[in-house]
Amino acid sequence: MRFVDEYRDADKARALSARIASLCEPGRSYKFMEVCGGHTHTIYKHGLEDYLPETITLVHGPGCPVCVIPMGRVDDAVHIAEQPDVIMTSFGDMMRVPGGRGSFFDSTAQGADIRMVYSPLDALKIARRNPERRVVFMAIGFETTAPSTAMTVLRAAAEGVRNFSVFCNHVTIIPAIKAILDSPDLRLDGFIGPGHVSTIIGCRPYEFIARGYGKPLVVAGFEPLDILQSVYMLLLQLAEGRSEVENQYARVVPWAGNVKALRAINEVMELRPYFEWRGLGFISHSALRMREKYAAYDAERLFAIPGGRVADPKACQCGEVLKGVLKPWECKVFGTACTPETPIGTCMVSSEGACAAYYNFGRFSRQRVREATR
Amino acid sequence: MTETTRERQVLERIDRARQRKARVREEHITMAHGAGGKATQTLIEAVFLDAFRNPLLEPLEDGAVFGAGGARLAFTTDSYVVSPLFFPGGDIGDLAVNGTVNDLSVCGARPLYLSAGFVLEEGFPVEDLRRIAASMARAAAAAEVSIVTGDTKVVQRGKADGCYVTTAGVGLLERDTRLGVATARPGDAVLVSGPIGEHGVTIMLARGELDIEADVTSDTAPLNGLIAALRAAAGEEVRCLRDATRGGVATILNEIARASGVAVVVEEDAVPVRPAVRGACELLGIDPLYVACEGRMVAVVDGEAAGAALAALRGHPLGEGAAIVGRIGDDPPGLVLLKTAFGGTRIIDVLVGDPLPRIC
Repeated sequence: MRFVDEYRDADKARALSARIASLCEPGRSYKFMEVCGGHTHTIYKHGLEDYLPETITLVHGPGCPVCVIPMGRVDDAVHIAEQPDVIMTSFGDMMRVPGGRGSFFDSTAQGADIRMVYSPLDALKIARRNPERRVVFMAIGFETTAPSTAMTVLRAAAEGVRNFSVFCNHVTIIPAIKAILDSPDLRLDGFIGPGHVSTIIGCRPYEFIARGYGKPLVVAGFEPLDILQSVYMLLLQLAEGRSEVENQYARVVPWAGNVKALRAINEVMELRPYFEWRGLGFISHSALRMREKYAAYDAERLFAIPGGRVADPKACQCGEVLKGVLKPWECKVFGTACTPETPIGTCMVSSEGACAAYYNFGRFSRQRVREATR
Repeated sequence: MTETTRERQVLERIDRARQRKARVREEHITMAHGAGGKATQTLIEAVFLDAFRNPLLEPLEDGAVFGAGGARLAFTTDSYVVSPLFFPGGDIGDLAVNGTVNDLSVCGARPLYLSAGFVLEEGFPVEDLRRIAASMARAAAAAEVSIVTGDTKVVQRGKADGCYVTTAGVGLLERDTRLGVATARPGDAVLVSGPIGEHGVTIMLARGELDIEADVTSDTAPLNGLIAALRAAAGEEVRCLRDATRGGVATILNEIARASGVAVVVEEDAVPVRPAVRGACELLGIDPLYVACEGRMVAVVDGEAAGAALAALRGHPLGEGAAIVGRIGDDPPGLVLLKTAFGGTRIIDVLVGDPLPRIC
């Protein structure tokens, strides 16, 4: 398949792998964080770690949109969905995420009308078709998905659709990366930067990481060769004593980002003073809410949401996993009490979550797997 | 203690946890219970197997095999609730006949007689019912079976989605060999009978929610002819046959690995997937290995007979796209491993419910 197979070429991977090995200083180990859950998924799905020397560890970061939603917000969304005249709409990934009172799937089993959509525009379509119902879109994700939410609100306003609103849970990536850099328990050598987020925000916002913290960052694409090349570029920077922001994903990511999309976000949404992240706690200026001007489309204002804070289950160590301090298997409940069937933490839900990816694709001694497939 | 030793200990603990008896924790049925993955398996084991337990049911194969009056018979049943009822390449009618024919065929039986039960919603067009019946008649004729008994119920508008069909079937076992998921041995070869995932992708696109257009049609077909051709060529060397319906090829391979206590090693490159199916799956972020087929099967045959088996499959019109996709190993038992096209390795697990499209 064009535009896919050329980025999964095993010969090129072997060549890159050799160059990566040659750049590793003997006796030194490296820790790179892939910020984005999409990268985590690619790494496990293609078995990419088989191409890396054991001295390189990929640490999975907080960029899984589903994983960072706190339980209280899920409960709020379930509360809205349970109103008799409401149709809740959501991306598929969100359906299994547990709140304090269960997930969207549990809620549909008890009669709530919750529908999976592939785009907020589909939610708007449902609103047009059901004028007697209130249709709410569960908006989640980083800057990647925020523009489509904003554009949908703008379209709803232009068309005068009155029964559509957004439960806004959009978050921003930079404060999360900063929280990780300021966290004392993790020492990283560099970052594999999020590709899709960067198509919107561009590469400039990362410059403080390279300059202020002295860590190289390479914005990377989502095919396995993209990630291998990014690891190579990070190692090259380290070997040459540089710490810069580089763009491996130039075929998609413009250095300045997508101005039109940023404008749409800015028109409809504004930064919240603070927002709770699952496992990471409250981070200031890390999320978006609807502006006053679009109050008529803001589910948070239209519905009396409980807005309670639900503490993560004691046993759950999602926070440490999201920060990259713990590997999935090092969590106390990983694979025993917390599994994809009965997830305790969000990292076990989405296929981009570090725990789910490791459980579904990697949950076995790599050495034994390698021997068995030889 | 080194990290790898610690990791291994944790993973062994998890493996033990996975062996524990299934327990349904939910208070209500969710869609995941019907998706053919882990949730379905748990529900069947914890509710039905627990209530009905008997030696014929216990293996949880596609059908039960037993002796009666000197003959050996296979018996199976299946319900069809597909939406939309009519889709490119088929409809609920031929699906219901082929599904039961296939469940009997993979038990090693020659399908003979089918029953058909209909649950109809008030207001359902009679013309549509006629189309479904005609399609069932054609499918039965093609598979050389007769629909010999049936039942009809009508429920109030809103209590069902148009038309549900349940078929059951009996078949005759003419050979003495036992086919089953527990019979795979190290050294065996794993084959699939054609490109995978076509039925599932067709249905996803036919629902019209995705705005994706692709030239894909359902693969629904009766497998008895293909299986007869395979068994004529590879005979006693055929260990296990399964049609890869809900949960796809990945779920079947996991059943084989678990029941036989073997490792299944699959080469991603070797798995036949049509470009349109691959493209749709890439866009949706789902893996074709988990997507349902309705006319494809997985066959495990003795390694020595792999070539003959492949030739027999390819010689039949329904098996032209057949391929050897992997082999059976001994370690690690119970696990399905994939050599990715990229050159890496990973495991293929059973999904909990339906594969959910990813956000970005």
